Amino acid sequence: MADDLNHGIIKFNIPPPRQTSARGGENDLIDLSPHLVPAPGRSRRNGWLLRAAAPAAILLAWQLASSFGFVAAEVLPSPADIVAAFAELIRLGDLQAALPVSLGRAVAGLAIGGTTGLALGLFAGLWRIGEGLFDAPLQMLRTIPFIALVPLFITWFGIDELAKLMVIIAATIFPMYLNTYAGVRGVDPKLIEAASIFGLSHRQTAWHVILPTALPSILVGLRYASGAALLALVVAEQINARSGIGYILNNANMNQRSDIIIAGILVYAALGIAIDLLMRLLEHLALPWRPKLALA
Amino acid sequence: MLSHDHAVELHGVSRVFAGRAVLDGFALTIRPAEFVAILGASGTGKTTLLRLLSGLDRADGGTVRVPRRRSVVFQEPRLVPAKRVWQNVVLGRRGTPARARAEAALTEVGLAAHVNAWPKTLSGGEAQRVALARALVQEPDLLLLDEPFAALDALTRIRMHELVGQLWQRYRPAVVLVTHDVDEAILLADRVLVLSGGRISLDVPVDFPQPRIRSGRDFSDLRMRLLSELGVAVH
Repeated sequence: MADDLNHGIIKFNIPPPRQTSARGGENDLIDLSPHLVPAPGRSRRNGWLLRAAAPAAILLAWQLASSFGFVAAEVLPSPADIVAAFAELIRLGDLQAALPVSLGRAVAGLAIGGTTGLALGLFAGLWRIGEGLFDAPLQMLRTIPFIALVPLFITWFGIDELAKLMVIIAATIFPMYLNTYAGVRGVDPKLIEAASIFGLSHRQTAWHVILPTALPSILVGLRYASGAALLALVVAEQINARSGIGYILNNANMNQRSDIIIAGILVYAALGIAIDLLMRLLEHLALPWRPKLALA
Repeated sequence: MLSHDHAVELHGVSRVFAGRAVLDGFALTIRPAEFVAILGASGTGKTTLLRLLSGLDRADGGTVRVPRRRSVVFQEPRLVPAKRVWQNVVLGRRGTPARARAEAALTEVGLAAHVNAWPKTLSGGEAQRVALARALVQEPDLLLLDEPFAALDALTRIRMHELVGQLWQRYRPAVVLVTHDVDEAILLADRVLVLSGGRISLDVPVDFPQPRIRSGRDFSDLRMRLLSELGVAVH
């Protein structure tokens, strides 16, 4: 049909010659002159505004929905209520008491689990015997979700601090092990060959060549392990919580205080952000030699 | 015991990979301070020979005698990215004398300004000069160059040729340069070997004086001869 139409009128409808300069065909020059690229300061500010827009809109909608009574306060308290819950937690000193306890658990578990994972990863990465001994069993254990271990750990270690600590340790060993092992094994064999040419002993090669080169991967492992430590902390604090943020959540749950529950969840989230920032800072300080590459 | 008049002694050397003899009954002697270039198509045993000389690989039979102090400059710089340039030059050595030595060696290759730089911030030519400084710091009696200029641009390569020539004149190690570049071999070496089928098929001295000019008669005659030995038709 369209063909028929075209057929009839084609000789009267010769398309005008393409104006290449105005129309941007394939072979035209495109302008990359500096004045056309937005100034970095301005685009960054706009970027921030853009990113802030959606969360701000959600908060506003949430607050309005609560204020006009569309959502029951027992189900979802308003942002203002949650701020008030924070104020209450701080005024009563609950938050100040809970934070060090929870952080202490996470840090202790991460320290023990991370160090163990690091040591196993180095051992398996650097020595064939270590790989033979540990790699297969660890790869098998790794497939068990650590949350599934909680009931077992309760029967083994009871419901006190030890069980909580063990859950966090179990969660942090594997990310640390895997990334350390991969990092050590990922070092270019040509570098190791060069080190042997220049007379470095095995110990010197490990210390001066392999470890520094594997450090980025090891730090990625630490970052994953930190995230896992936080996740494990949340799970572990559900076990017979008598202190820590888990205790606040548990109490609030029994008292039907959803505002305090959400405040507690936000504390966990803030811990996650803080850990991530800390890890990025650590990477920045520990890896000054990495080219700072970013795609826009 | 290494005799005084030889820096390298190879006799009846064989190296077999998966049933194929890459080197078979191979013999080569190199005098101290001699600059030998080795040409050959891929798969003729150049790399195998260099790995035997460097000690990275062992022969399956025969005699391999090399100086205790050997250095290699590889085709890639092979610098540790997490160590500063000077630390790479004296990798595995300790203390302030190490740093002073590194600085001296880097000054000699024209990189005094990059002593504290990170390897990933260097250009290809600069990184290769660091590798050269690292090789020199060892004060080698045998310097092995495994296509060290192959990845460099033409201008940088010319500068590197000059630099290597100067450093060889000053320190007089025996040098084995493996290369695909016939001109490079003639420019730098005292003696050019052509390898084919795991044996030396041509062994010629380059006896015309330095500096050698590519347009010279001797130069082009030798180039023709080497190219035809390498199986490249020249008209």
